[in-house]
Amino acid sequence: MPEALLEVNHLKKYFPIQKGLLNRTVGHVKAVDDISLTIQKGETFGLVGESGSGKSTVGKTIIRLTEKTDGEVKFKGIDLYGLSSDELRKIRPSMQLIFQDPYSSLNPRIRVGDAIGEALLDHGLVPKDEIRDRVLEVLQSCGLSSYHIDRFPHEFSGGQRQRIGIARALILNPDLIIADEPVSALDVSIQAQIINLFRKLQETRGLTYLFISHDLSVVEHLCTRIGVMYLGSMMETASRDELFKNPLHPYTKALLSAVPIPIPKLKRERIVLNGDIPNPADPPSGCKFHTRCPFAVARCKEEVPEFRDAGGGHFVACHLA
Amino acid sequence: MSLNSTPLPEAVGAKNAPAKSSSLFKQSMRRLMKNKLAVSGLVVVVIMFLACFVGPFFSPYTDNKVNMALMNKPPSLKHWLGTDALGRDVLTRVLQAGRISLTVGLASMVLSVFIGSLLGAIAGYYRGIVDQIIMRIADLLLTIPGLPLLFIFGALLSDWKVPTEYRMYIVMLMLGLVNWPGLARMVRGQMLSLREREFMQAAVVLGLRDRRKLFNHLLPNIIPLLIVIATLNIGGSILSESALSFFGLGVMAPTPTWGNMIDAANNLIDFQEHPWLWVPPGFSIFATVIAINIFGDGLRDVLDPKQKR
Repeated sequence: MPEALLEVNHLKKYFPIQKGLLNRTVGHVKAVDDISLTIQKGETFGLVGESGSGKSTVGKTIIRLTEKTDGEVKFKGIDLYGLSSDELRKIRPSMQLIFQDPYSSLNPRIRVGDAIGEALLDHGLVPKDEIRDRVLEVLQSCGLSSYHIDRFPHEFSGGQRQRIGIARALILNPDLIIADEPVSALDVSIQAQIINLFRKLQETRGLTYLFISHDLSVVEHLCTRIGVMYLGSMMETASRDELFKNPLHPYTKALLSAVPIPIPKLKRERIVLNGDIPNPADPPSGCKFHTRCPFAVARCKEEVPEFRDAGGGHFVACHLA
Repeated sequence: MSLNSTPLPEAVGAKNAPAKSSSLFKQSMRRLMKNKLAVSGLVVVVIMFLACFVGPFFSPYTDNKVNMALMNKPPSLKHWLGTDALGRDVLTRVLQAGRISLTVGLASMVLSVFIGSLLGAIAGYYRGIVDQIIMRIADLLLTIPGLPLLFIFGALLSDWKVPTEYRMYIVMLMLGLVNWPGLARMVRGQMLSLREREFMQAAVVLGLRDRRKLFNHLLPNIIPLLIVIATLNIGGSILSESALSFFGLGVMAPTPTWGNMIDAANNLIDFQEHPWLWVPPGFSIFATVIAINIFGDGLRDVLDPKQKR
């Protein structure tokens, strides 16, 4: 097996809850609670889960936008949390993040061309007089025109802004792109354009994606492997085909049964989950999903299920599967 | 899945290509020009500046000669605003005083904006202990009311017999040093909110240097706020300087300022019999400060719409 591009082991991110005059810590929100995942080069790993399941925090903690509580993140074999701030700054260009909100992720007072080119300039990766050519090139490959280079972000639509965000990440020639719900703020027709752009860029540049989304149909379209998160923990990881054909975890089954399909007459069994996602500051004992699981037994309440290999790289955390 | 069939447009929005790009700032300025009140404020300020800095060159009375034959003469064709107790032309003196008052206002504004925005930006960007030190000093200065503090300084200066020609510069310094804490607070607040914005997270992910984050990302976003504060600050500084000079604690005679000109007419006889001594400088302060404030309000409306009275 070749060396993994990204290896995350037992990553934890707890946010302290502080109360009172002295900011005493009265508890922790366990946003990410013991997540492990491995991404090979050229792969697209999809991370799905409902709102509040900690998907975005995983992305941000991997890229050190928020600091971890515990665990290990290895990028190309380098422990990211062992780096000094200077070393980290140097490695940053090779892993980039694409943000969910194309409106707030661009500085309103910086011209698009400068926003895209400034990282090259700041890192001294390209001679100053070549930067404009590089920006034009990357604009082109993201489906924007050369005359857009001197415009301001407020002159663009949401889809165009997202293209700018992608161009800004892409110009650094990153090995890994973490896309944090990059299409959820866009309307459906634009979503398709952006997703196809992601695809095209992967084919031409051999990119590796960690694609965070709550939209299973998007993930199905784009990803080669998929991880399902619930309340900060990984429930199931499998290749796309395996996960969609043979979901083992009841939560994955419920999610899949909720994906809309464009055949109105097709009857299928819909698994409806009751209630809301529990409070991550006070997660349920045992299996975190037992409060909403239709198949829960007494054992689920007491014992945390092991995240085990169910054969052929299909991992699942369930007593019953 | 049907996603594949959606064509990828090569250039999104290619049809409206020739439209010229404009920054948020230019757009704001265009909107400002539509605000008649603000524009008239700007016009008054510009006229005042031109009159004070260019006007005295056309006056035959700039030598400030004492002429006992022309004591307290009412306005006439030769002396449009009359003469004062020493026979000097009041119009010329009002304009010369305007130079001083406007210069003091501008200079102390520049000083306080410089100190305030620098310290505020550092406090808001680095937070932690640096923030604590800077903001506690600012709080300390804010707890002491400005005018009494200036009075104490002014009285000290008189006590130390500081030469009158330096007092103007010292007044600028004093006003600048008294005004920065409020400004630093506002800039710090802006910095705190800006640094949490997603585009700053993007700057972190891109691995940009602190210097670039501060000067290329954060500063352009607080400049509108700074312009507004700076404009309103000039008005305040002119008022403070006038008050100080009126009480004889600011700029001293013979250097004229609007404040000490009114002070010179501060007795019952001048007040009742010689209104041309105090009305022109009083009106100048009034008109300038009102005009600056109206213009500043207009600027705030277009540049900083979130901040309302």
